[in-house]
Amino acid sequence: MKLTFNIQGGDFTHAGKPSSEVKKVLKQLNVDGKTVKNIVIALYEAEVNVVAHAWKGTVSAEIDENKITIFVEDDGPGIPDIELAMQAGYSTASKQVRDMGFGAGMGLPNMKKNTDELLIESIVGKGTKVKMVNYFK
Amino acid sequence: MKLRDIATVLNAKVTCGVDKLDEEIGMGYSSDLMSDVLTLDTDNLILITGLVNLQCIRTAEMADIRAIVFVRNKKASDPMLELACENGMCILESPFSLFKSSGLLFQAGLKPIY
Ligand SMILES: Nc1ncnc2c1ncn2[C@@H]1O[C@H](COP(=O)(O)OP(=O)(O)O)[C@@H](O)[C@H]1O
Ligand SMILES: [Mg+2]
Repeated sequence: MKLTFNIQGGDFTHAGKPSSEVKKVLKQLNVDGKTVKNIVIALYEAEVNVVAHAWKGTVSAEIDENKITIFVEDDGPGIPDIELAMQAGYSTASKQVRDMGFGAGMGLPNMKKNTDELLIESIVGKGTKVKMVNYFK
Repeated sequence: MKLRDIATVLNAKVTCGVDKLDEEIGMGYSSDLMSDVLTLDTDNLILITGLVNLQCIRTAEMADIRAIVFVRNKKASDPMLELACENGMCILESPFSLFKSSGLLFQAGLKPIY
């Protein structure tokens, strides 16, 4: 099964809809609650990153028998130093983003914590691709 | 602690999930930082916050948080309440500050996470 969604940069009102849909589907498929929580938290963090840091993006979630593979790809400024961005507390978020309750530099480390595999590729001035895999228990 | 008792202690109005008031909540967490809330491993939690926006409800949805207290008489908007109800959450609005609300609940026996 494959689910796809669009994300608009700056649009905090709709951030979370893809995560919400994915959550409903995984619950219907009887995936264990803890695993569902890990997956949707990682996806939500990735979505918020597109909204906060990029211009626009897409989410595609492929659900197989034993795993989910999620791609979050955006057109945006890209990440110049991914290793630095992965460090807890590192953030370039604007005041507006911080006023929304985000931008503490904890998103990427939290995505790492909540996924079995996390792969980030980025081209400065072009955009960022995030791949996340979670295995069902 | 029952949500009903939490509402009483906080002098709070229940704006969503009146049918949930008999549910037991084990722990409380106070924060305006959703990034932080998203790192918690606990569920069965009540979130006490002064941050009132749609992302707060979304965060609670993803983190399996079933109840939220908005402090200082801050009102949840209709879209927020709609999303909260859709997800079976209980929303409370208290006139007290974040500090006072947290203190009263701690005193009443609600457990902290850390
Ligand atoms: N999709 C993205 N596009 C551009 N930059 C990003 C993206 N995701 C993350 N970043 C960069 O990495 C930093 C750290 O991200 P994160 O850990 O999620 O913290 P936060 O979003 O709170 O700033 C961001 O501040 C930003 O500089
Ligand atoms: Mg982030």
